[in-house]
Amino acid sequence: MALKLETVNIPHLPGSLPVHVALYRNVQNSAFLRQQLLAGNAEFEYALIDASLVLSRAHALAAIFRAMNDYMNNRLRSHNVHSEIVFSFNPTNNIAESFRKLGIADSTKDLLIVKVSVTPEITHDSVAAHLESSVEGTSVPFDDLTLSEISDISKIKKLYKLGALPSPAAKPDASQPDDAKRRLELSMLGAIALRGS
Amino acid sequence: MADEYKPPALPSPFTNTTPAPTLLVQGAEAHLYKTVSLDPSIPAALKVRPSKPYRHPILDRRLTRQRIIQEARCLVKLVREGVSVPAVLAMDWEGQGGESAWGGAWLMMEWIEGPVVRVVLEQWEAWMKKNAASLDQSQIQKEEDRLRGLMKRIGHTLGGLHKAGVVHGDLTTSNLMLRSPAQETTDSPTGVSMEGEVVLIDFGLAGQSTQDEDRAVDLYVLERAIGSTHPRSEPFFEEVLNGYRASHKGTGSTLKKLEDVRLRGRKRSMIG
Repeated sequence: MALKLETVNIPHLPGSLPVHVALYRNVQNSAFLRQQLLAGNAEFEYALIDASLVLSRAHALAAIFRAMNDYMNNRLRSHNVHSEIVFSFNPTNNIAESFRKLGIADSTKDLLIVKVSVTPEITHDSVAAHLESSVEGTSVPFDDLTLSEISDISKIKKLYKLGALPSPAAKPDASQPDDAKRRLELSMLGAIALRGS
Repeated sequence: MADEYKPPALPSPFTNTTPAPTLLVQGAEAHLYKTVSLDPSIPAALKVRPSKPYRHPILDRRLTRQRIIQEARCLVKLVREGVSVPAVLAMDWEGQGGESAWGGAWLMMEWIEGPVVRVVLEQWEAWMKKNAASLDQSQIQKEEDRLRGLMKRIGHTLGGLHKAGVVHGDLTTSNLMLRSPAQETTDSPTGVSMEGEVVLIDFGLAGQSTQDEDRAVDLYVLERAIGSTHPRSEPFFEEVLNGYRASHKGTGSTLKKLEDVRLRGRKRSMIG
């Protein structure tokens, strides 16, 4: 099973800080990964996000960008840029709550993994090799279609307090623009950008 | 001789952006650039409020921060309520590098493709002036009905804005856009299209208010703006109010207040 690790150069961020993103389904060793994170094992310093709370690529990139911009301006609110990415998915200022709600739990099956090349030693290949040897699960593409199968709309709406908004269609139809999904997504991007204001 | 004008340097992180954002408009308070969003294939608008060196640094930061956050809050609220405005994609109100290196605040927004209503009205008026002699009564009627339709849609959008609890504060025809439809529709006889969703832009002076006074002033400012810049369209402003009236319940008291505002002007107080 080939690993689908995508290396993204997000516009506006320096080329020296690429971001590596992998999406997994059916993860078997979440408890182990979480343990490494809690133990502060530097090799396992990743942003590990419960993928059922990720609506789309644009949603993930907005949270990553928010954390990266705060990182480059030396305004991290948490330990490192990776924990900050998890925190950036949260619409409120409560860091512990953001880890509890959005971070990996022992029972997490669908997982979004993000790693930033904060040092030159961290490359696509080094991240790929480490993930292949440490994550037991099925690697799937980081795209909107795959995320739409994973995301739990009612949990997302609850997290972002957007319960009043119409829900996106359950089965995405690529030929039709989904206005409800777009409105939900744009409302979430606004909440991420405004956090702490 | 004065040196050639150079706009202030872009704030971080946009010094990394390739290609560099292009400056579109420069106002007294802000610069507007076109750039890309977090997806390089999707454009975005970037509004930068540069620091003002003549202001005391602490005051400068506070004012800039307050204003950009106010603008973003209004936009985010309106997106949530389904009012057509540019969505907020990312922002920064702190500036870079701690206390000493304040470079200004920025707001990245959804790019709206389409003309501003000011240009649409100018073109329409010019066309009508040029062709008035050769048009028969029914053609003139048809053209005027198209304009009435646009005015009504503007009124409807303003109703949605006010219903959501936001007032714009600077309603002119330059702050109204028509979002180009995804596919071209039938060409209008004048060649001046009035197709597209009405989108409100520039919330730099907007605020949250549900008072009839503030809402009526919004309508009054637009009425005056149309009267002074688009004299041929002025008789059709009534349709804005018709669209507004039909948009939601409770517009009656606002429209009544508008009568008072018309008699006394935009400012309530006689001072200042």
